[in-house]
Amino acid sequence: MIKSRNLLMSALALLVGSAWVEVVAAQGGAARGPAPATLHPPDSAQKAPDAQGFLPRWLILEPIPASGVTQSAVQAAVQKEYFPNQFTVIPHDGDKVTAGEAELTWHAVDTLNYNVNLYHFAYALNKPSSNVLFWAVTIVNCPEEMRGVRLAVGSNDASVWWVNGQEVIGIYGDRQTVIDDGVSKKLTLKKGPNVIRCAVHNQGGATDFCARFLDAEDKPVKNLTLTLSDTTN
Amino acid sequence: MKILLAAAAILPLALTARALDGQVGIHDPSTVIQCDGKYYVFGTGGGGLISDDGWTWRGGAVRPGGGVAPDVIHLGDRYLVTYAGSGVHTMWTKTLDPNSPDFGFQDDSVVATGDLDCNAIDPSLLLDPADGKLWMTYGSYIGFIRLVQLDPKTGKRVDPNSTPYNIAINCEASEMICHDGWYYLLADHGSCCAGAASGYNIRVGRAQKVTGPFFDNMGVDMLQGGGKLFVGSGGRVVGPGHFGLLDLGDGVQKFSCHYEADLDRGGASVLDIRPLLWKDGWPVAGDNFKEGTYEIESVRTGTALELAVEGLPVGGRRGRGGAGGFGRGGLGSRLGGQGAVGGTGETNAAGGRGARGGGGGGRGLFAGQGGVIPPQDVAQVSTNWPAGNIDPRLANYLDQAQQKWTLTAVTNAGGYPGSPYFKITVAGTDRALAATEDGELVTLPAFTGKPEQLWRIDQLADGSYRIMPKAGPKSNESAALSAIGSSFATLSKFEPESDKHRWVFKAP
Repeated sequence: MIKSRNLLMSALALLVGSAWVEVVAAQGGAARGPAPATLHPPDSAQKAPDAQGFLPRWLILEPIPASGVTQSAVQAAVQKEYFPNQFTVIPHDGDKVTAGEAELTWHAVDTLNYNVNLYHFAYALNKPSSNVLFWAVTIVNCPEEMRGVRLAVGSNDASVWWVNGQEVIGIYGDRQTVIDDGVSKKLTLKKGPNVIRCAVHNQGGATDFCARFLDAEDKPVKNLTLTLSDTTN
Repeated sequence: MKILLAAAAILPLALTARALDGQVGIHDPSTVIQCDGKYYVFGTGGGGLISDDGWTWRGGAVRPGGGVAPDVIHLGDRYLVTYAGSGVHTMWTKTLDPNSPDFGFQDDSVVATGDLDCNAIDPSLLLDPADGKLWMTYGSYIGFIRLVQLDPKTGKRVDPNSTPYNIAINCEASEMICHDGWYYLLADHGSCCAGAASGYNIRVGRAQKVTGPFFDNMGVDMLQGGGKLFVGSGGRVVGPGHFGLLDLGDGVQKFSCHYEADLDRGGASVLDIRPLLWKDGWPVAGDNFKEGTYEIESVRTGTALELAVEGLPVGGRRGRGGAGGFGRGGLGSRLGGQGAVGGTGETNAAGGRGARGGGGGGRGLFAGQGGVIPPQDVAQVSTNWPAGNIDPRLANYLDQAQQKWTLTAVTNAGGYPGSPYFKITVAGTDRALAATEDGELVTLPAFTGKPEQLWRIDQLADGSYRIMPKAGPKSNESAALSAIGSSFATLSKFEPESDKHRWVFKAP
């Protein structure tokens, strides 16, 4: 989260030196409102990127507790094995894993927007969104081999990204989601399925991510389809 | 639109600008606003700061309600204040002066609330000059920045049940301003409240309607986190945030903000006021004027301010043939000339073809003198200057001593929004530029601190500067330095659109 001065319902902010008060106005003791509707279950076998090339379909794992958004802390967090095969698994909607003592479920979602709102994701499941790690996976299917493309992402807060098992982007620190914030070196996408995996680490408050591929002229790549299966799984 | 002047032409030898004077601690400041000749600014928690001149500040502003990130606007004969505390509030007062019998806030009530998609804090107010409508933006990082319409007569929602407009995400401390028919939404990105680790920076997008959409310079919608950088950390200050517009009229605009950490003040959160510039339709954060030694050049004429004395070429005069320059001593050697022996290999200085002086022996007219010619020593050249008052004038800049000016901030002499007054002296001397009672200019042998020797330097929208005396001629209180001819400068009423009142400060 970007640290801001959220207002506690029952307290007032203080002067300089203690200027921001911890969260969360909307949840200050009141009943939970309805979950926002920016995410919904996929309703088709395949999904195209949106008009700006953003990837809208993901499998997201319920959050795992984690702390620290510095580069070293995030790298340590994403290298830790929370559950078996976490770097290679292509899960299905509803699959469960055990991470520590918690049983966590993978959820398939399509986003209505350019970004995937993890705050909404967690809220809808009544899960925490602060000091957590979200794992997400999608399959990008290419009609032909594509060389010289780049993965371009944004996230709130830090995130690490893999394409076909190779780490290609890491952006760290307390940050907001900026379109094309982290950009990979030139990549080759295989003809057929390519696995995109990310881990987003949030300190607190708002949390989301966005991702797309850019071609050699920095234009979004749109002749892809997204599925949640590589047909071999 | 005037093109922003190249930053490289300005300030390369400057020292750091002075921060605001006095008591300047504040967080999440409101717009800086004037009331009965004083400046007021409010901050998180209540209270705020007051200044008589916009430079030296003190505590004492009063704002009840507590809460965070207030804003204030002058509407008619009273002031509307908004702040966030369990929703967004507005309230009225007839004056901001807490010592006035008319002071007192009325009608404090909630005009907007938050939900999961909007954290209802950081309200700000805009009176649209196009149609007189009053708008309020509010919101923070969780969810959207929202826009609602208020009634300027009541300060309350025109329609309490209307759906707010969503205009941005991933930011907070929004503020909307208008310029040349566009609406600009400025807002903070990055993190606050972490001292020198605060990544706060102010970004901007623009729209042709108050309701948006707001796009940045790369066409990214602020609803997708877009925003062109307006100002970030720099120098000794970290984490600017909470933009506020201070329009002083005559084309002079400033902006206020806080820095999360002023490193020269122990990392405290403080107020600042800086010039607001415009370039290619985008606002640009200017810097307050910095002390230093400069050439002062007229945008109108391209000529530079100097003392009306005979100048000497740097490195000494050089002759045309014959004896060449000053190598024979006398006046030449006193002036440090290199002595011109010129020539093309013929006997030195005896004249003859090719002995055109200026160079080392046999070097020719264009070959220079050899070696490095040092700057003029003002102690030497000024021995030829009159002892008393000397008029200034304008001339082609030739790097000469009488053309270089040192601007030094004067302490305890007051100031104007964002800056102290400066004395302007010939570099290396105490000879000071002053205004005369009849609206002309003079240089005095020594600076004595009188108001007519104190100068206000305001940066204009295109990056050039207006230069005004603290005490101008009685007949013309808005008199500014003016180039009225290629060789003459005077004081005249400032004309915002004219180049004759625009000056640039260049490396000497």
